[in-house]
Parts: sequence; structure tokens; C-alpha cells
Amino acid sequence: MRRSRAETDASHVKLSRRAALLGGAQLLFMGGLAARMRYLQVDQADQFRLLAEENRINIRLIPPKRGEIFDRNGVQLAQNVPSYRIVIVREDAGDVEDVLSRLATLIDLTPEQTESALAELNRSAPFLPVTIAEDVSWDAVSAVSVNAPALPGVSPEVGSTRVYPRGSDFAHVVGRVGRVSQKDLDALEDPDAVLRIPRFQIGKINVEAREEALLRGFAGTKQVEVNATGRVMRELARREGQSGADLQLTLDAKLQNYVQARLSGESAAVVIIDCEKGDVLANASAPSYDPNLFIGGISSKNYDPLLNSEYRPLVNKTVQGAYPPGSTFKMMTAMAAIEEGIIGPDETVYCPGHLEVGGRRFHCWKRAGHGWVDLENSLKKSCDVYYYDLALKVGIEKISAMAQRFGLGIRHDLPLSSVNSGLTPTKDWKLRQRGESWVIGDTVNASIGQGFMLASPLQLAVMTARIATGRDVTPRIVKSVNGVEEPVLGNGSLNMNEQNLRRMRRAMNAVVNDRRGTAYRSRIIAEGMRMAGKTGTSQVRSAVVNNNEVPWEQRDHALFVSFAPYDAPRYACAVLVEHGGGGSTAAAPIARDVMLQALYEGEPPLDAYPTADRGRIETQQKQLRDVPPQARINKGKDQA
Amino acid sequence: MSYLEYTVKSVPTGLRKIFYLNWPLVLLLTAVAGTGFLMLYSVAGGGYGPWAEPQMKRFAIGLVLMIGVGLVPIWLWRNLAGVAYGISIALLIAVEFFGSIGMGAQRWIDLGFMRLQPSELTKITLVMFLAAYYDWLPAKKTSRPLWVLLPLLIIVVPTALVLKQPDLGTAILLLAAGGGLMFLAGVHWAYFATVLAAGIGLVTTVFKSRGTSWQMLQDYQFRRIDTFLDPSSDPLGAGYHITQSKIALGSGGWTGRGFMQGTQSRLNFLPEKHTDFIFTTLAEEFGFVGGVSLLTLYALIIVFCVVSAVMNKDRFASLLTLGIALNFFLFFAVNMSMVMGLAPVVGVPLPLVSYGGSAMLVLLLAFGLVQSAHVHRPR
Repeated sequence: MRRSRAETDASHVKLSRRAALLGGAQLLFMGGLAARMRYLQVDQADQFRLLAEENRINIRLIPPKRGEIFDRNGVQLAQNVPSYRIVIVREDAGDVEDVLSRLATLIDLTPEQTESALAELNRSAPFLPVTIAEDVSWDAVSAVSVNAPALPGVSPEVGSTRVYPRGSDFAHVVGRVGRVSQKDLDALEDPDAVLRIPRFQIGKINVEAREEALLRGFAGTKQVEVNATGRVMRELARREGQSGADLQLTLDAKLQNYVQARLSGESAAVVIIDCEKGDVLANASAPSYDPNLFIGGISSKNYDPLLNSEYRPLVNKTVQGAYPPGSTFKMMTAMAAIEEGIIGPDETVYCPGHLEVGGRRFHCWKRAGHGWVDLENSLKKSCDVYYYDLALKVGIEKISAMAQRFGLGIRHDLPLSSVNSGLTPTKDWKLRQRGESWVIGDTVNASIGQGFMLASPLQLAVMTARIATGRDVTPRIVKSVNGVEEPVLGNGSLNMNEQNLRRMRRAMNAVVNDRRGTAYRSRIIAEGMRMAGKTGTSQVRSAVVNNNEVPWEQRDHALFVSFAPYDAPRYACAVLVEHGGGGSTAAAPIARDVMLQALYEGEPPLDAYPTADRGRIETQQKQLRDVPPQARINKGKDQA
Repeated sequence: MSYLEYTVKSVPTGLRKIFYLNWPLVLLLTAVAGTGFLMLYSVAGGGYGPWAEPQMKRFAIGLVLMIGVGLVPIWLWRNLAGVAYGISIALLIAVEFFGSIGMGAQRWIDLGFMRLQPSELTKITLVMFLAAYYDWLPAKKTSRPLWVLLPLLIIVVPTALVLKQPDLGTAILLLAAGGGLMFLAGVHWAYFATVLAAGIGLVTTVFKSRGTSWQMLQDYQFRRIDTFLDPSSDPLGAGYHITQSKIALGSGGWTGRGFMQGTQSRLNFLPEKHTDFIFTTLAEEFGFVGGVSLLTLYALIIVFCVVSAVMNKDRFASLLTLGIALNFFLFFAVNMSMVMGLAPVVGVPLPLVSYGGSAMLVLLLAFGLVQSAHVHRPR
């Protein structure tokens, strides 16, 4: 086909025109692109650069090392140990199910563990490690390491967990840690971000919980560069955190161990405090439990017996328990009367075996009566009528005020959980709390530590220490923080008449060392170690029946408070045996044993005991000697 | 003037043709491809693998092919235009049945040594065929309805097939390139005005079809349009690409963060950093200066093509050159608009820079045709 030159020229001109038009449009558009680029890269550059920084830098927390806990001699009570877990990374594993089944032949894996690991693997990003098994043994770790080539993506990881090497001995002092629960987080107004780290442990009860702020330390941070899926590419910066403070307690692990063992089989509590500084040397509550069981979450198989036992192993009876102090309270009634000058220590009261008050007859424990008794005799024989009489003369307000000066009815703020403040009742208190007015019978009951009067074993130990020293001994259980000694609290004088106090101590001495004293059978005969004390039997029921004829839970609580040596008091001790019967038979022997253990800083020589007891004591010592703490838990549990 | 009227003596023959190639254009193409190698090296974290090295090899092969095509007389290509168009339609149909699934769309056929994307090939053959058609058609018939309908059919058939894959991006490019060629060939203004009006009507209809039984676009395509209109509506989902892309681009600033210092692309915040979003890496690492430089290279390529076409009195050669230049322009214009948040994410690579074998080969073959037209122009 031929075309004329004119025609082709015309069409070429038209083509060129349109080509220029289209080309121009294209260049215009490119100009627009350049303008947009300028807007984004120049005008808005700062804003986008900021966004880019946020994109790539991620701040991760480094969990701080938790402070460890030691006894007064440096024995470790709570320590951090490496804990191993087996993790799997999906993208490295390839066929996950195949790898898991191979792993199951090497280490103990329950089907549930495998299943939950698989479920989590499907949920999470492929490069994130997923835990298959926790707290695995070193054997399992080595098995995995040795067989690494056959287990792609599987590796052991090391973390840190809390271990209580003294087992059940310190459950009621040191307490325990556990995983952070939702409840823990809800309880805090502004929870530390570190709490949200998976597997982070915080103190749950006792010192671990109360001193959490000291023990936890501060989390460090590391800035890591991450990519869009959250994978860490490299670490940019690191700010180390601060480890928690190490705590040294005033307790003596050896003594605590002995006391806890001595109480095994009983539902009992013992507090021993140092008279000089108020250091709590032993704080034993039986039965106890192994806090290690709780750390990874306790099984109901282990938990139910603890919860349901009528011996209440989970309760720290030394501070949580409030009991009628019984006759151990008589010193307070007497001190109130003597200090008020209502009666002299040598003045006597006649005990016919009962006292008629407001038309009601209050019995002495000895129906036949004690005849004429003074302070020393009344305490020695634990005559009740003498104290009824004193109480009626001095009144409840003075008695309660006196008791508070000796540390009863006030809360000793030890870093333990649920510290009970006990109760020293007043007329006001009864009206407020009960809506009833005080009756004279209440005063009579309170005078011998019954009725509304309540005290914890710790308070009784403090009371005894204050009687022994005349100073306001205040208990403490944290001796030092990171090696810095904690202050000794309250070492001022009680401002009591020293003469009266001395008479009181002499009376307490008579209780133990006088042939007719209620605790004579539990005396110490070693020279310079003699013990003074007071028995107590607090009624659980109202009817007076022989203890052996009623079920355990209705029997009386046995109490005994003591200090030793009598001439130069070093330790004060309170013993409570729940439903143990009489204080002289159930509590005093324990007090003697633990007191001697404290005085001799170990097993006392047999000749500290009266000759008649030595055979029995020797057997008992042999039994308790060198039994490792862990074995004692099991023994205690069997009996509980 | 048709090829039969050439003063054959003035057209170079044999290997001497090599001296008559459009060498500045070759240089520009190499410069653009070189930028691509640099960026692929960077996004791989400073390595020739897995992208830069294969890309270099492909470019070398493509360059040889381009020169090879350029040495073949343009009239031979004109005679082959119909066949080429037919083959690409056949391949588009074949991909429906034998195509492999990649990124949710049937797009390529595995030939063993390379993956062939028939839609890439179609971009060139469509332009070739239309150029041949308008070379054949007497100029005065250009705007007659029947002769307008025919090229429309030629455009719509492959477009419909590509849309079915579904590859919205390429379909739009085909439509635009075809329409552009018709405009260049001299079709009357009124047609374009009509089509524009109809197009607006169609877009409205398409949006109205959403959620009904006769829905005309895939859900993902609707979502992409949604997020284009308002990327912040879904910052971690569909809008993620554009948001991240803008962050990377914007954080480049005037001169960029420096070669291999782009955190956004290196750390995978950018999607498809080695293909569709490679421009973002360039803009992040070399800043506004780098981005404008690449844009300038592209502009020069367009200018050289337009100049070559206007100088060429052969209607087929002229139309073909302009058509290929338009195609090239549409490629990078759509890609850049996309990464700058001016157009929806449609999956169009940056020509000669993005990683991808078949796109690069097809483009270099197309520029081979441009060279052929340049060498064999009537003098």
C-alpha cells in the first residue's frame, strides 16, 4: 500500500504533536512525584525519623537477682539456684511433632506437656522459644545437650528460681516466693513492669513478702534492635539493674532446726528472743510445711492435706495465733497492783478455793484453796483467788495499761505475715466492739488471762523479756541488710520500780525451782543456767473436766513463759502447745529443752537436767540429733 | 512512508549497526539497573546473594538480548507483531490452566530456566500490535467508530484475561498503555472524553457492587483501595505497607541515612523490600537527593525515547517507541506513587530496579525494539 508523502507527513506532524503532549504530561507527573518526595523527605522528615526510631528500638527488662536470706551465722535460708527448662523454637525444629516425640524418649514428658507445647507453638511467632518442660533435672539437660543433633530447635535454657535449703524449718519466718498472680498485680496501684516478666517470682508471705522491696532489687534494661516481627537483631545498649539486698536474719538456723524438730507431732509454737537486743533467735510453729513445694505452683495432692489439717500447718502460730494467755498473765495483774501500791509483795490474801463476786462464784483451780498466799506463793502455786482479789482492787483499765507496757495487746511489727496484735480489753473496748458494758466478772476472768484477754506467743516472749530486763525489749528479725546492721529498737527503761520487778523475777524463779512450784519438774540444775518462768493453762471450754476425757480439740492450751539464766537473763522464751493440756506437763519441758539448747548453743550436757530425767532426755537427744531438716518435715507431716 | 520506500543505502547494515545504536539510552538503562544492584546489595544486608548477583546476571543477558533485538530490522518486528500478540493471548489463556500460584494470584508459567509472566510479555506485544495496526490503517480512518472499536477489542481481551488472574495492577497498565497508544495514533478527542466519563461511571458501579453477589473485584482489592483512601484505618493490617513505606521514605531526609544504614528496610519493617518497595530503601538510604536522581534518570530515558520517536518518520517505529516509553513511564509512575502513598498498593515493580527476572528481560527486549527502531529509521 502506498501513501502520498503529504499524507504521511501530516500524520507524522500530528503524531509528534501528541507525542510532545503526552511526554509533557509524563514529565509533569514526574515533577509531581518529586514534589511529593520533597514533602515526605524534607518537610516531614523529622516526624518520620522519630517514627522510625520507635519502629526499631525495643526496651527489654533484665530481671534483677533477688536478694538472698541468711541466718545470724551466715547459714543460707533462701537462695537462688539455676533452674533449667527445655525450650523449642519452631522455625529451627522443622517437623515439631517428630522432634517432640523424639524428645519424649529422652526425658519424662507427659502427654499434657507435649500437647500444651504444641498448642503454644501454633500460637506464637516461629522464632520465639516455647517452654516444653520446666524445672527439669540436670540429667535431662545433659540428655538434651548430648542429643542436640537429633533434636533441632530444642535447647535447655537456664533461669533462676528460689530454693529454701532448710526446708520446712523456716517456712514460718522466711516464707516463700511464687509466680506473680493477677491478684498480686491488682493489689498494686502501679505495678513495677518487672512483675510482668514471665516466670518472675515475688514474695508471697512472711519475710519474702514483707521485705519484697528490699529483696527484689531493680530491673535493668537493654535496648534491642528488633525487626518488624519482633525478632531481636542485636543489642544496642544495656543498663544493668540492681540486685536485691541480701538479708541476714536474727534467727539461728541450728536452734530453729532443733526447736522445730522438738515440736514435731504437736500443734505448737515457740519463740525465743534475746533479752538484750530483742533478736528473735527461734520462731517455730509446728507443724510446718516445705515452702519449696509451693514455688512452681503446688499440686492439690500436696496442698489439700496442709489446708485441711486441724493442726493448721499453714498458720504461723507464733504471731498469727492469739490465745488466752492463762496464768502466764498473772505477772501483769500483780505488777499492776504492786506498782499502784495497792498491795505489797509480802502482803497476803486468803484463798479459800473460790471467790464470790457479784453473786457469782469464781473458783481457784485448787478447790481446797491455798490458804494465806503472798506474791511469791501465789505465783509458785498459781493460786487464782489472789489475782481475782488484786484485779478487783486495781481494776481492768490499770491491768490492761500495764500489760501494754509489757508488750501485750500491741502489734510488734515484724516483717511476718498477719502479725496479730492480741487483745488487752478495756471497758471502752467492750462497749465499742460488743455493745455491752463491762461487768465485774470480766475483770476477774482477765486477771488470770482468760475471757477477752488474748496474746500471741511472740507477745508473751516479749513480756517475759521485759520482766527479765526491766527494759522495753522490742523484737526484731532482720539483723542486717546487705551487711549493714539494722538498729536495735526500744532499749529504754520500762520505768518500773526495780524492787518490784526483782520480786516478780524471784517469784518466777520459785515457780520453776521451788520444790512446790508448778514447773519444778522442768527445772535446770546447771549452775548459772537456772530458768525462771510461769506455767499457764488456758481454757478452751468452760466446763472443768479432766483433759484426758475430752477430744483433742477441746483440751486446754498449754503455755509456759520463761527466761534464763535467772541471775543474768540472756534469753526469754514462750511456749504454746495447742490443746496440750497443762502448761506444767506439756509446755514447760519443751521450754527447758529449747532454752538449754539456746544457752549451750547446741546440745546441752545431760547434767544440766535433774538426775531423774537424764535417761529419758538422753533418748530424746539421740532421736533429734543430726536429723536433716528435710527428713523432719516428713516426720512432722505424717503425724499431722 | 513505509519500509518499502527506504533509501536502503542510508540505513547501516551488518555489524556496523552497533555504532548506530542509541548508546545514551543504553547508558541510562545501565545506570538505572546499577542503582538497582546497589539497592539489592543493601537490602540483603550487604551481600550479593540472594538478589544482587542473579539480577546482575539477568541484566547482562538482557543487555545482550536487547542489542540482538536492536540489530534485527524493524520491519521484521512489524511483520511479527500480529504473531507476537497472538502468542501472548495464548499464554494468558494457558496461565489460567497451568499457571502456578504465587502471592494469591495465577501469574506465571514455570519454563524450567525461568518463570514466564505472560502479562509482562503482553505489555509489549499489545503495544507492538497496536502500532502495527495504526501503521497499516490510513490516517483518515483513524477516528471512524469501526476502526476505533477494533483496537479497543485488541486492548480489552488481554486486559480481561489479566484481570481474571487476578492482577489489577497490570490490567490497569495495559489499559493505560493501549489507550495512550490510541491517543498518540491520533484518535479523536471526543472518544477519550467519552471513555473518561464512562470510566467514572464504571468506578462508581464497581464500588456499588461491593458485598453483592455480582462483586466485581476481589475483597483484597477492595481493602487495598480502602486503606489507600485511609491508611490509618488499619495500621497493622492492610495499611501497614503504606505506613511503613512512608516512615522509611520520610526518615531518609535530604541526603538519607547512608548506604546500608536504612534501618527500616534492613529490619524487615518494609514489606517486599527487594521487589515492589525497593524505592523506599533507596529513598531511605540516599534521601531526597537519591530519589530525585533516580527520577531524573527515568525522565531522561523518556525524553530520549520521545526524541528518537519524533525524529523517526516510520509510523510503526515511532508509535512503538512512544508506546514502550509510555509503558516504562507507567511502570515507575505507578510504583512510586504507590510507595509514596499516592496510589493503592497494586503490586507493580520499579522497572529495572526491583528484583525480578521476567520483568527485567521483557523490558530490555522492549528497549531492544526501541533500538531497532532507532537504528533502522529512514534517513
